[in-house]
Amino acid sequence: MKIAVLFFAYLVGGLFLGGLLAGFDRIVTARMQSRKGPPLLQPFYDVLKLLGKRNIVVNNYQTFCVACFLVFIILTGVLFFVGGDLLLTIFALTVASIFLVLGAYSVNSPYSTIGAERELLQMMAYEPALLIAALGMYWVTKSFHVNVIASYSHPLIMYLPGIFVSVLFILTIKFRKSPFDLSTSHHGHQELVKGLTTEFSGPSLAMIEVAHWYENILLLGFVYLFFAFNPIIAIVATIATYVLEILIDNTFARLTWQFTVASSWIVTGATAVTNLLILTFFLK
Amino acid sequence: MQQISFLLLFPLIPAILLTVLPKGLLRTIIVWFSSLSLIFVSIGLATNYMGSEASFFSIDSPILDKLFFAGEIILSLYFLWRCVGIKKKEMYIPILIAVQAIVMIILELSGKLPKVENAFYVDNLSLIMVLIIGIIGTLICVYSLGYMKEYHEHHSEMTDRSKSFFFIFFIFLSAMYGVVLCNNLIWLYFFWEVTTLCSFIMIGYPKTEEATRNAYRALGMNLIGGLGFTFALFYMVFISKQPTIELDKLIHAGPALALIPACLICFAGLAKSAQLPFSSWLLGAMVAPTPVSALLHSSTMVKAGVFIIIKMAPILQHTTAGLLLASVGGVTFLMTSLIAVSQSNAKRVLAYSTIANLGLIVTCAGVGTYEAIWAALLLVIFHALAKGLLFIAVGTTEHKIGSRDIEDMEGLIVTKPLLGIVILIGIAGMFLAPFGMLISKWACLKALIDASPVLAVLLAYGSAPTLFFWSKWMGKILSVSSKTKELDSRIDANEATALISLAIPTVLTCLLFPLIAAKAIEPYCMHIFGQTVSLSRGNGIIMAIMFGLMVFIPLGFLLFSKKRNYVSSYLAGANVTGSLTFKGSMGLIREVKNSNYYLTPFLGEAKLTKVSLFLGGALILGMFVAGIL
Amino acid sequence: MSYFSKSPWVFHYDASSCNGCDIEVLACLTPLYDIERFGIINTGNPKHADLFLVTGSVNEQNISVIKNLYNQMADPKVVVAIGICATSGGIFRTCYNVMGGIDKVIPVDVYVPGCAARPEAIIDGVVKALGILEQKAAALKGEPVAESV
Repeated sequence: MKIAVLFFAYLVGGLFLGGLLAGFDRIVTARMQSRKGPPLLQPFYDVLKLLGKRNIVVNNYQTFCVACFLVFIILTGVLFFVGGDLLLTIFALTVASIFLVLGAYSVNSPYSTIGAERELLQMMAYEPALLIAALGMYWVTKSFHVNVIASYSHPLIMYLPGIFVSVLFILTIKFRKSPFDLSTSHHGHQELVKGLTTEFSGPSLAMIEVAHWYENILLLGFVYLFFAFNPIIAIVATIATYVLEILIDNTFARLTWQFTVASSWIVTGATAVTNLLILTFFLK
Repeated sequence: MQQISFLLLFPLIPAILLTVLPKGLLRTIIVWFSSLSLIFVSIGLATNYMGSEASFFSIDSPILDKLFFAGEIILSLYFLWRCVGIKKKEMYIPILIAVQAIVMIILELSGKLPKVENAFYVDNLSLIMVLIIGIIGTLICVYSLGYMKEYHEHHSEMTDRSKSFFFIFFIFLSAMYGVVLCNNLIWLYFFWEVTTLCSFIMIGYPKTEEATRNAYRALGMNLIGGLGFTFALFYMVFISKQPTIELDKLIHAGPALALIPACLICFAGLAKSAQLPFSSWLLGAMVAPTPVSALLHSSTMVKAGVFIIIKMAPILQHTTAGLLLASVGGVTFLMTSLIAVSQSNAKRVLAYSTIANLGLIVTCAGVGTYEAIWAALLLVIFHALAKGLLFIAVGTTEHKIGSRDIEDMEGLIVTKPLLGIVILIGIAGMFLAPFGMLISKWACLKALIDASPVLAVLLAYGSAPTLFFWSKWMGKILSVSSKTKELDSRIDANEATALISLAIPTVLTCLLFPLIAAKAIEPYCMHIFGQTVSLSRGNGIIMAIMFGLMVFIPLGFLLFSKKRNYVSSYLAGANVTGSLTFKGSMGLIREVKNSNYYLTPFLGEAKLTKVSLFLGGALILGMFVAGIL
Repeated sequence: MSYFSKSPWVFHYDASSCNGCDIEVLACLTPLYDIERFGIINTGNPKHADLFLVTGSVNEQNISVIKNLYNQMADPKVVVAIGICATSGGIFRTCYNVMGGIDKVIPVDVYVPGCAARPEAIIDGVVKALGILEQKAAALKGEPVAESV
């Protein structure tokens, strides 16, 4: 019963919160650029408009891949918020992202193919950090289950500062913010036209947009876990993290994939692995 | 016991028959009949004994001992005979053969051989291996019927020696059964060396210069490993305080008495499973015909190596030597996964991936806790299925499109849908949730973090490149353009049967995995360690949901598709004919060609091989030092 | 209810313009005019766009490009010809290499004259185009249409 409640809460709440988050993002970005910015509900208008457009495709598979992407992102989020296994959540997230990548590959256009390659490189860059973060949380709380981690009474951030730093680093990749928005980026920041999402239009694009909202909520939930001992502090910290990401987005220019992969792995090694090793040495 | 004898002896009959009979209908009938018989008896044996503790069988026959001894001598002489005309850098091979022969002669003639109580045994691990050999092995044999016919059509300059091919194939199956069912370590060692022999002959099958050199390299490296076995036996008979040549007694002796022979036997296993620094023989073995790669070098023979290491796990548990063995596996996993990213030859990608997954199994075995062994057994099952499937699919693809390169497999889902789908299933089985390997990797992470965080970190870093090179390949197969048309060459019926018969279990085992875990894996862990892991109901339900989604969403799309609006892909407006060509500079019309990233300057073999070999060698040395101390 | 007027995404192409009108279009995106207030985003991808802003008098090399881009836009879509060159050819009207206006190649919905057209005029033209876009969206039925022009 509780699971059903959480499921619907995420399904509906995630949608609205995700959209509001996207709107908040655009307003803050605009203000940082001395502009006024769109209304808060603009992302919802965008998605509703996209749903009204005719779906044009290049081949028969791409819409299917995007639909799978959306379904699996929702599944991942549900898995996380219902309190399931954190490792399985990370792997489910990988599956979801792979679907989007395959959709981009199937189109066989230069922009989407390079976007897909870069997306895979990005996934390669952040995977170790996510897994090591899960391992760190397991070591402290002795469980991989999100509900156990979330109800842990001591602040995880005190045990896992290095891991948190590496998670912050790779969050820039996951949120698709500069300097690591290589595969696809927000409007106006193009390099490969729209990279991964170039060949999707109308309803497909709406699905991708909504999936990104769900994914962002999931990622913020992951950040929440580090501060879960006190919900107020956790929410403040989560919002602060997101504002920090917006600030980083507006301050940095896009960097190369070589830098992204190398720096992610090095930062993960320096901060997260060291944290984990020290933790396992001292905390039995 | 009769079933064991059947499995060991029956394959010799089709082996001899196929040497004399010509190809054609008779060969097909015999292969099918033998395969079905072996499958039947393998399943029968498994049904009888699966789930219970180990059962032992004794044979009291001094003649058999003498036969095995004679067999070893004949084998050594044959190897020496084949060494005539080798190159100077391969001179170490006859020296190795001679050393092994001398030690075995000393052992046999010393009169100090302990009496063997039980010559054969079955337990869950050997039954899992029996099923793998019996089902996957025989299916690959069926596949070879179609494959070898086309192989010789394509390579008309080669003499058709497919009779000896099938002869060696069945001999190999018999030897593999011997490796997993023998309790007498001298007999086990004999069967081990027979598999080396089969590998040597099969790799050299094309009889080209490259194939011959690679065959000798495989022979040499496997003989180095075999030395480990020889010295282990020597130690167990002459130096150990409790002399024995029985596997179960060795395992029960525990680390205090058995650590050194265990390290030596694990060394043999590492060489056979092509772990660093022995990986080059497996890569060179890819020149052999694809059924050889599928059977020997991914599903079965290399599994013998990790099989013996898993068996040694209780001795290595909680020892430094065990942890160093585990790090050999971990480093192998990381380095070979990285190198695999830079490979575009499909068989080389599969070879590197095989070595990587075997490394993961070795890591689990070296850690040796019940969680780790649970994960290792899962890995063994799922890897054998998915990798065997991928190899034979790549073999058929090579014959149809004329290339082994992944870049040439573009749009395979349309040009040859069956192959495209099968390869996608195989790749999904290798790294996607909720399929097998993913579950195993998940179990591995859990097992490793409890034992050693460094190993868990190696796994975390190593799994990242795997998703890159598998997804690249999947993407390439799905990249269709309007000029992709279906090829009209037919796939041979035998090949198609084998492909489908392996694809379905790959999918089913992931669905039935809780059942498999409960029936086959958990009893083994209970028996050895007294405790076991079981999958929580919650996670089981989640995996079932994911599986269901993966099956029903495609169905939904197939059934509810409406007419679509097609446009060409975006080429900055310069499209000339749809998505295929564009107007480039100087007004030239150019074709659109997309290729994958291979990151060769960063992850190429040239860059990473030396480091990998050095690390592997150093860690093995460390393992021996830790074992002795 | 149609949301096209709340979230119109534009796509901008220079068909051999002198860049004067292009700079004015981009000026609309700057903080001074900030058309993102109205939800307008400049996507670089025709497949994501609703409005096609074209400048310049068309020449031989541009014809196929404009047609390709127009065909790759998803319905409903409108075309806004910005500047007098896009409307009728402008001062280049009698040149041998110039077609003389976008409507020689694709159907145009709104013309914004000027040399260069002022941002206020461009915004006015876009607002008119939004009205036409809403009409087209209302008239849209579910018939699949292949590449037309």
